[in-house]
Amino acid sequence: MMSQGRPTTPHTSDAVGHETVSGNKALAQRELLIFEIGTPRRTGIDFPELKNTPSRLGGVERTQEIGLPGLSEPEVMRHYVRLSQKNYAIDLGVYPLGSCTMKHNPRLNEKMARLPGFADLHPLQPHSTVQGALELMGDLAHWILTLTGMPAVALSPKAGAHGELCGMMAIRAALDAKGADHKRRVLVPESAHGTNPATAVQCGFSIDSIPATEDGRVDMDALKAKLGDDVAGIMLTNPNTCGLFERDIIEIADLIHGVGGYFYCDGANFNALVGRVRPGDLGIDAMHLNLHKTFSTPHGGGGPGSGPTVLSDALAPYAPVPRVESQDGVWHLVENVEDADGESFGRMTAFHGQMGMFVRALSYMLSHGSDGLKQATEDAVLNANYVQAALSDVMTPAFSGTCMHEALFDDRFLKDTGVETLDFAKAMIDEGYHPMTMYFPLVVHGAMLIEPTESESKAELDRFIAVMRSLAVKAVSGEVEMFKAAPIYAPLRRLDETRAARKPVLKWTPSEG
Amino acid sequence: MRYLPLNTNDRTAMLDVVGVKSIDDLFDDVPMSARLDGLIDLPTRKTESEVDAELTALAGRNRAAGAGPFFIGGGAYRHHIPATVDHLIQRSEFLTAYTPYQPEISQGTLQTLFEFQTQVAMLTGMDVANASMYDGSTACGEAVLMACRAKRRKKAYIASGVHPHYSATTQGLCQYLDIDLDVAVCAPGKDADVLQNLDKETAAIVVQSPNVFGEIVDLTPYAEAAHAVGALLIAVFTEPVALGAIQSPGEMGADIVVGEGQSIGVGLNFGGPYVGLFACRQKLVRQMPGRVCGETVDADGKRGYVLTLSTREQHIRREKATSNICTNSGLCTLAFSIHMSLLGEAGLRQLAMINHEKACQLADMLCALDGVELVTDTFFNEFTLRLAKPAREVVHKMVEHNVLGGLAASRLMDGQDDLLIVTATETNSEADMRAFTKALEEALS
Repeated sequence: MMSQGRPTTPHTSDAVGHETVSGNKALAQRELLIFEIGTPRRTGIDFPELKNTPSRLGGVERTQEIGLPGLSEPEVMRHYVRLSQKNYAIDLGVYPLGSCTMKHNPRLNEKMARLPGFADLHPLQPHSTVQGALELMGDLAHWILTLTGMPAVALSPKAGAHGELCGMMAIRAALDAKGADHKRRVLVPESAHGTNPATAVQCGFSIDSIPATEDGRVDMDALKAKLGDDVAGIMLTNPNTCGLFERDIIEIADLIHGVGGYFYCDGANFNALVGRVRPGDLGIDAMHLNLHKTFSTPHGGGGPGSGPTVLSDALAPYAPVPRVESQDGVWHLVENVEDADGESFGRMTAFHGQMGMFVRALSYMLSHGSDGLKQATEDAVLNANYVQAALSDVMTPAFSGTCMHEALFDDRFLKDTGVETLDFAKAMIDEGYHPMTMYFPLVVHGAMLIEPTESESKAELDRFIAVMRSLAVKAVSGEVEMFKAAPIYAPLRRLDETRAARKPVLKWTPSEG
Repeated sequence: MRYLPLNTNDRTAMLDVVGVKSIDDLFDDVPMSARLDGLIDLPTRKTESEVDAELTALAGRNRAAGAGPFFIGGGAYRHHIPATVDHLIQRSEFLTAYTPYQPEISQGTLQTLFEFQTQVAMLTGMDVANASMYDGSTACGEAVLMACRAKRRKKAYIASGVHPHYSATTQGLCQYLDIDLDVAVCAPGKDADVLQNLDKETAAIVVQSPNVFGEIVDLTPYAEAAHAVGALLIAVFTEPVALGAIQSPGEMGADIVVGEGQSIGVGLNFGGPYVGLFACRQKLVRQMPGRVCGETVDADGKRGYVLTLSTREQHIRREKATSNICTNSGLCTLAFSIHMSLLGEAGLRQLAMINHEKACQLADMLCALDGVELVTDTFFNEFTLRLAKPAREVVHKMVEHNVLGGLAASRLMDGQDDLLIVTATETNSEADMRAFTKALEEALS
């Protein structure tokens, strides 16, 4: 537009790849910390004048500077837009992070969650003024209960690990109510998410690990050998973290119930089952759902999550408050333990849970419907199997046979190449992909866990597969240096994590600036 | 289905590559008795406009806080959020990224977390802050667990002015861990009672300022008393804007500071998602729960940021972790941080003083009515009134005039039926305050 009739033509030069004067590289803008670009007196928000009336602050008025920088609105906008461009995102490309379920986040859900009738509601408004919000929570509960085939759900847990805590606290409360204070041992497979043992310990339980079989599932003989009267329960992920369905799950449930224990199912991978299998038919007593995985609420760079937890009839009386109930078409919250039916174990958070996530998840469920949800599950499982099948001759699947929603590889194909799982992952970054989950689950050496989700087209997967195949071939053919140097095209190269942990610098200080 | 890219031809071709005949073959491991035939009994797919209409109708059955005079606080506060905040947090690169496990392609999230931690440390007067917790109440519970770990002691006391839902959440978290947690009965003006309990077995006392009644508590004597017996002071706040007007808990001697960050950038959201702020002294940092971001350099020596101190966390330490927490409030920390960047030092202080002036003005207007008495001599933007009638009844009567006129204390605690907790912020106009005064007068008459 501004070339005034002087169209540019390509020009070849030896000067490519030089460092720029500014440190920027065209669209890749260098960005300082906000504390290094602001000045104390400026603000990006206009306020009315103060009246300077006498204060009633009780003699503890602030006198010290806080130290916050001040910026105008355009400066703030530019700072965060520049930073945003240093992030990978699902909206940018394939994000096959196993166990994390990086599926498309529909923007209708964002729009719905921002309706003032949901977003601008106070949690302690009189119930008569929030009937629609309580009904929405009731609707969400209905969808969750129908999809899981369970009788009760606690909506308040704020994330998956918080949901685990909810389920395990309900188990502990149920045991306490029976006076079963000898039952303190919880069985946890070696392949479990780290949150499982950490959660059980927060409920006063001890952990007993169960090994996996050669085919990646719970070792039934080992499990039977560990059963005893002191077993409080089991925490089992299904499909498990190897991406495999636990074939013996109903027998496991029977065995655990046989010794008076309870079955906690980690629902992180429920997205492989929705519409095809109801956990309630598998004999479970408690399971959390990750609304941010299975039901597409955005991960937001690490949260917020939402972890509604379904409970069996045996555990429902111990569910936390608040609870949403309706009577004659009028909705209300039961907010105090004394007012709740059963013997609630108490409260897990100040208010009623992640309402913003409830709206998004329900919007996702309504959009898909029972048919769309089932199709999404099937496509997720098909995509994972397609990737596994297409890579199995150049990479090494950890287990034989088909998988569920994620494909697990180990590092046997990298043996003696000098390339490790980490290097392979970093090379994927240069190719424009977010790496898969690395080194988890722990039961597989150099694990690479790929979860494509249902959101990837066949064409996108074919491109991804072609790149992965090429990388595998390069690794085997001795191009080690390329892997060790990677990434070279990311905003930064490999970071020194050891240095960060040895002498932690966790905030900016003026002397540094 | 608009969200699913695969078509029938794709599926057939892909099944062929996998080497199975039908999708059912991929679910072979599911026990026969648990296989579902057909569809689950729920409505089938809907168009975008159908879902929009259905949820908009549900939203319409609520009285939005902004749809009339509104004066409720009690742990969640209605403030104006600049349009810039919501625009920026909806950028795909922030909204649809996961936890920054691959730092080379997550510097956007990581740098904002580092800036967030710095802002929280500055605001609370602490040395370090983590990358956030679920909310203020869970942060409070985690702080008590952390104090017990750090001090190797098993007793903790919660003062009478701490938000009852925070106390209950903390009790919930501690109940199976052999911790002797004593929660004082919630009542105004009784915070100092907590000092009577202190002994050499006490790990921490928990004191909130401004407390649930809005009273400002000078934390200095609490810090001194706690330190005298080798215990820690955990300071709690539910209204971060107050820290623009009053001394930081760190200045007053607190060791761990936890609070709700919702006021800055996040919005009411009917209770969540919110953002728990968690800060402490340097010497306690390795006992801190939750994610932490730290500064380092890359292979070329360029400054960059990573998640660090992960040896405290569950994915490394499993049953020996400091907490089972696996997430932070990611996008809410970003909203908080953007709003705080827009405010800056000058803006936050101005916002705080406007809130205080509004509350002073409203308190004077309401206390001029018969049957209304101010219970809290000191306050920031929230204060408590004693009414001549049960507050719950009065609140419901005011709803008839479309006035959400405060929070009956009895919704949160027992035995305080005549107390009304009232909040004013910069969002309240003079007309709102007059409408509230009129509605309260009528409700009391």
